[in-house]
Amino acid sequence: MTVEGTAERKTARGGSKRTTAKKASPAKKETQSRARNSARPDQAEHDQLVQLLTPEGERVEHPEYAIDLSPEELRGLYRDMVLTRRFDAEATTLQRQGELGLWASLLGQEAAQIGSGRALRDDDYVFPTYREHGVAWCRGVDPTNLLGMFRGVNNGGWDPNSNNFHLYTIVIGSQTLHATGYAMGVQKDGADSAVIAYFGDGASSQGDVAESFTFSAVYNAPVVFFCQNNQWAISEPTEKQTRVPLYQRAQGFGFPGVRVDGNDVLACLAVTKAALERARTGQGPTLVEAFTYRMGAHTTSDDPTRYRADEERLAWEAKDPILRLRKYLEAEGIVDDAYLAAIDEESETLGKRVRDAVRAMPDPDHMAIFENVYADGHALVDEERAQFAAYQASFADAAAEGN
Amino acid sequence: MAVHEKITIAKAINASLRASMEADPKVLVMGEDVGKLGGVFRVTDGLQKDFGEDRVIDTPLAESGIVGTAIGLALRGYRPVVEIQFDGFVFPAYDQIVTQLAKMHARALGKVKMPVVIRIPYGGGIGAVEHHSESPESLFAHVAGLKIVTPSNSSDAYWMLQQAIAGDDPVIYFEPKRRYHDKSRLDTESIPDPLHKARVTRTGSDLTLVGYGPMVKVCEDAAKVAAEEGKSVEVVDLRSISPIDFDTVQSSVEKTGRLVVVHEAPVFFGSGAEIAARITERSFYHLEAPVLRVGGFHAPYPPSRLEDEYLPGLDRVLDAVDRALAY
Repeated sequence: MTVEGTAERKTARGGSKRTTAKKASPAKKETQSRARNSARPDQAEHDQLVQLLTPEGERVEHPEYAIDLSPEELRGLYRDMVLTRRFDAEATTLQRQGELGLWASLLGQEAAQIGSGRALRDDDYVFPTYREHGVAWCRGVDPTNLLGMFRGVNNGGWDPNSNNFHLYTIVIGSQTLHATGYAMGVQKDGADSAVIAYFGDGASSQGDVAESFTFSAVYNAPVVFFCQNNQWAISEPTEKQTRVPLYQRAQGFGFPGVRVDGNDVLACLAVTKAALERARTGQGPTLVEAFTYRMGAHTTSDDPTRYRADEERLAWEAKDPILRLRKYLEAEGIVDDAYLAAIDEESETLGKRVRDAVRAMPDPDHMAIFENVYADGHALVDEERAQFAAYQASFADAAAEGN
Repeated sequence: MAVHEKITIAKAINASLRASMEADPKVLVMGEDVGKLGGVFRVTDGLQKDFGEDRVIDTPLAESGIVGTAIGLALRGYRPVVEIQFDGFVFPAYDQIVTQLAKMHARALGKVKMPVVIRIPYGGGIGAVEHHSESPESLFAHVAGLKIVTPSNSSDAYWMLQQAIAGDDPVIYFEPKRRYHDKSRLDTESIPDPLHKARVTRTGSDLTLVGYGPMVKVCEDAAKVAAEEGKSVEVVDLRSISPIDFDTVQSSVEKTGRLVVVHEAPVFFGSGAEIAARITERSFYHLEAPVLRVGGFHAPYPPSRLEDEYLPGLDRVLDAVDRALAY
């Protein structure tokens, strides 16, 4: 995996380079390519990747992260990933059909999200960014609830406390501080639950993420920072965010960082479980860097063909998280064609349910603008609410007079 | 705490924090240097000794981190009272306050509460270096979801902070730092006014002066001087900048017919503009003169040797009073 992974990245990056440097001599091309690769912070550390399942679906062992799952649990992970991908595809389609204003696809990140999401206990608390549809699935959040903000009918859409799954956060990295503060509260309560904060490689550049590292380390807060390094922050590659591998950042703050194969659901599960266990037992924060790939666009608003080479995506498609688990499950006889067909059928049912739910989603009442601005009320909001209600009522009055 | 004791505003705030922490174990105090040092103004003096490091938390020097973690603590059921060391230092936390703290309750459709109080010593007049004398209240008042208050005396300092802490909304509690050591009566037993009620502190019939925080004393002093010149000036202490108690201002203006608003912050897009616009809407036919404003200039807060020119003082307030009365 180590050698192959490195070679794949060189091919993809080198290919991209060659297409833009047509006049360079072969020798020079080689130099440029090598220089760029050596500058990429991820390259040298690729062999640090924790992996339990190769892209070919072969089970491998890791000295620190043993995991032994029942066939039922393994099938569950497969089902989670397939259904999450199907949900995501449906949402992307709904955006293309004008039913959603925007969608942030998780395509390619299913293993990182399902692996980490299934490592959590019910009493753990999750602070997601806006792409954690798979984690939401693991938390039992109805996937249709995730679509309200993307359709424009609300700015959240679920009660964070009913599934211990906080609202999506749009401002990059802000939620890592909320997670840290929440974890400080867990610690003060003497509870043994843990908190997990999701963010991306782009967010790692934000001051809030650095501050959350500082606070969590200083107070030894029971929080796991789960960075899905999907290689791209909209159009900016990871090397525009960092010159060291992201997991190594943790060391400077005084807690461990680990890089896991983010397309390997077993490794993501094992590594996250271990990090949560550290948090629960008073050993403080851990940074997990799930090394993965966003196969689609950042959101439906951008066009990845403008900023990245097709070869790169193809190389990562070969490491598809769902495909590799399926190969393993088939080889082990844990799933058969009937099971796979049943999951596919369940996927289609989910897709239809999501589609129907979105189309049936009513626009909010116009007075919702004034709802929940304050918990205890505010005179200005009251005044404007009354004025707006009177204004709206004037149309009804006019209509009544017309009749 | 005796009733009717004369006490400084700083000590009244300290007593208020103490009372809040005693009343509710979920109340936390957090900020830079709030522990052993007792804060750079000693406002939190002795609290860590009595309530422990777990409830009076010395934080890393990271304002966004302070507010961001306070949000997380509030989500967990705590009631953090955050200290920002000086007004000009709040901006690293501005993002967390504006994009997160202010909107969390609405985003969650009311399912979560954000009982976070942010204490900010603000305003000039203490001869400080830059970023230590600013009045950023309008920048926060413009943001829905936040409440903004500022006491001008010890009783208000004591009660308004406890009310802010007990409420379920985020409150920015601006402390008039140049008045920290002014002593006034502290009444710990009478039922306090509601948090957002403006108060007429001096009655008059010719003109209304509206001020808040550090400017209330300036307004009262100006009213006394004006009285010696035969002019009857009413003074309204606004106490709350979001929301503003326009009813109290309106009834005063409809009695006097003239309004001058005084604040330290720059006049341009300041709270005075909001008050002038609203009162003009409400009381147009009662006004004998345009609403005038006295405040800071559209310039960075100046070096301290010039701050007496920048800050509204007695003369500039009286000049505005004269101009209004000349109509």
